Amino acid sequence: MNIGEVRPYGDRMNDGAIQISFSLPVPVSARSIEAVKLIAARMGMNNIRLVHAQDMGNNFSFYILYGAINISVDLQAIHVPEVELQLFDFWEINDLIRREFERKVVVIGATIGVDAHTVGLDAIISAKGFGGESGLERYPQFEVFNLGAQVPPELVVEYSKKIHADVVLVSQVVTQRNVHLFNLSLLAELLEAEKLRDKLILICGGPYINAQVALETGFDAGFGPGTTPLQVASFIVHELMKRKMRKK
Amino acid sequence: MKLNISQEQANACRQIAKEVALEIQRDIAPLSTVSVERAILRLLGIEGEKEKIPYVNILVDNLKEQKALEEGVLYWIANACLNTGLSPQDVALKVVSGSFNPVHLSRKSFQEVKNKAEELATESLSRLYKKKKAREALKQSFPPSLPPLLYVIVATGNIYDDIAQAKTAAEQGADCVAVIRSTAQSLLDYIPEGITTEGFGGTFATQANYRLMRQALDEVAQKVSRYIYQVNYCSGLCMAEIAVLAILEGLDIMVNDAFYGILFRDLNMYRTMVDQHFSRYLLGLFDIIITTGEDNLIKTVDAFKEYSIVLVSQFINEQLAQQAGMKKELIGLGHAAELDPKIPDSLLWELTQAQLVRQLFPRSPVKFMPPTRYKTGNIFFAHALDTIFNLVAVWTDQRIVLLGMPTEALHTPYVQDRFLSLESALHIRNASRSFSRELQFIRNGQADKRACELLTQAMETLIKIREAGIWNALSRGVFSQIKREKRGGRGYEGVFKKGKFYLNPFLDKKIVMQARRRAV
Repeated sequence: MNIGEVRPYGDRMNDGAIQISFSLPVPVSARSIEAVKLIAARMGMNNIRLVHAQDMGNNFSFYILYGAINISVDLQAIHVPEVELQLFDFWEINDLIRREFERKVVVIGATIGVDAHTVGLDAIISAKGFGGESGLERYPQFEVFNLGAQVPPELVVEYSKKIHADVVLVSQVVTQRNVHLFNLSLLAELLEAEKLRDKLILICGGPYINAQVALETGFDAGFGPGTTPLQVASFIVHELMKRKMRKK
Repeated sequence: MKLNISQEQANACRQIAKEVALEIQRDIAPLSTVSVERAILRLLGIEGEKEKIPYVNILVDNLKEQKALEEGVLYWIANACLNTGLSPQDVALKVVSGSFNPVHLSRKSFQEVKNKAEELATESLSRLYKKKKAREALKQSFPPSLPPLLYVIVATGNIYDDIAQAKTAAEQGADCVAVIRSTAQSLLDYIPEGITTEGFGGTFATQANYRLMRQALDEVAQKVSRYIYQVNYCSGLCMAEIAVLAILEGLDIMVNDAFYGILFRDLNMYRTMVDQHFSRYLLGLFDIIITTGEDNLIKTVDAFKEYSIVLVSQFINEQLAQQAGMKKELIGLGHAAELDPKIPDSLLWELTQAQLVRQLFPRSPVKFMPPTRYKTGNIFFAHALDTIFNLVAVWTDQRIVLLGMPTEALHTPYVQDRFLSLESALHIRNASRSFSRELQFIRNGQADKRACELLTQAMETLIKIREAGIWNALSRGVFSQIKREKRGGRGYEGVFKKGKFYLNPFLDKKIVMQARRRAV
């Protein structure tokens, strides 16, 4: 396999096969079908096959297409800061904390600024969890304080001080005019000013969050969509152990 | 299709649940809440807002500050009507604008005030019963689908986009459309007003939004010749008030659970119990179906090992609703297919559990919820899971089926997501319609065994709850290990003890009968 030139794969190497589906806000007609093919062509698709076109009622229609694209990428040339993480399981995490850390790990979670989207935050910390995994609240060795939505960064700082938090988890969904970068940086700076930054593990998450964003805003880690509670919990344990080693 | 379970054991569960519900009833009987009082004001037809604060909140807060709330709002409104000859709405306007203080008016004799309050209540109810008649007529001209009713959600945050999605869904075969509420509306201690086009993960529940959606669904009903049920959420700190909006605007189904707010929104348990009682009482008067939220109980725990908590909650929810005067046909108990699909025979267990619920509550319009926990982005596998879920739903003859979405956990449904789900559900509803009558479990096979075990576990938990007392049980984490303090949680400050002149003639059977007769 030449990782210098990777293309989508259907059933033959380098065939570039892809499938897409989408809706149009018009009924199916000869013209709408041509429109769909035109959209696909402008996206760079070749050998376009429209395999399904169907009215969905109320003047909406649905299309499924197959085709090929003539795009290849060089995997070697791609540099992504990856959080490479050895995953522990639920029991290992609790055991490790019990052994390596004299008390429960105190976690604060919040969405900050005007952001009211708590789905991601809840997926990670509420007992309900995500993807069949329990959230951090379910771990006996984590003590979790969910501050909820739209918390001002100042309040997060104040609260961290009050309850001696070890971990601060912040979720940001709204990205209009990069408001998420502003909020995250502000929180990191405020914690720095209060001399709390080094005592804390600072984690952000959200649909547009990644390791790069974390780096830029002064966080220890940034998790994107599809992250499970176990990944976050494992990261916390790794980080705690790393910091303990450093002290010694 | 029947599971071989012990009817005696089922009856015993019901009896214990009844005792638990009676304990709740006994303890909340002397209490009212700010939300119940605001609901009464709304029943009287009081509406409007000043500087974004609804009149009903201003009035209740005003009485609370003057330490006069224990008589109940109706006492003061009736007394003010007697003094001034004004209607309740005009009294509200005068109080809000500061023209007079209801507490400073001369106090008429209790009997006079009581008579006036009863007159106001009768007028309000008969006006609402007239509205109900018009809705029933529409339902007769466009009969709804036969069950299972297919239930979908819309959640754009903008009521106009919601309407476009809802109408499209109805044309695609949906029978019930629920508008998801904006994140955390359940924590607001007031109901926002007006048409809204911005919400977070949903659309604000307001009277104006209810009205717009109702018009749209009635329009599309004529187009598809099928009545479309409008669904919303009667939960949170404004549970009782929302029930009134549902009645005013002709909604058909309200999500309403006695425990959900306590467990998952950290609302105070006394506040929630008082509010659920009055909200269910009102919804029952106007034949609005409630659906309960047991699906949430198994989203947080091992759904196979702890499934019986669903039954426990259903037994108690049923009794509480009945004590609020609801008939069984209106109590839509909730349950869900949330087992890990990797468990061997998971489909057999889902089928068993779904059948067990149907069999224990044969008159309930049970609401069956789709898998969500094991959907993480593979839309194709999610669609396969949903299709199997639909099969279980039709096979066990569920009444209301909330359709799963291939894009669960990714984004609020796109128009094609809902379309694909409905296409699958319509296919299954047609293709396996007679399964429940034609197929049978092997007697005393694995399914029967599992059903008996679940019922036994449910009974054991119910006994534990009865012994501890419900309030203690809640603080010890009987439900999905979530512990709540008796005086903790949001909204406790809005609970108060009724005074000796407290009036609520809406609860009076005679008044209700009178209003019904007057509406004919």
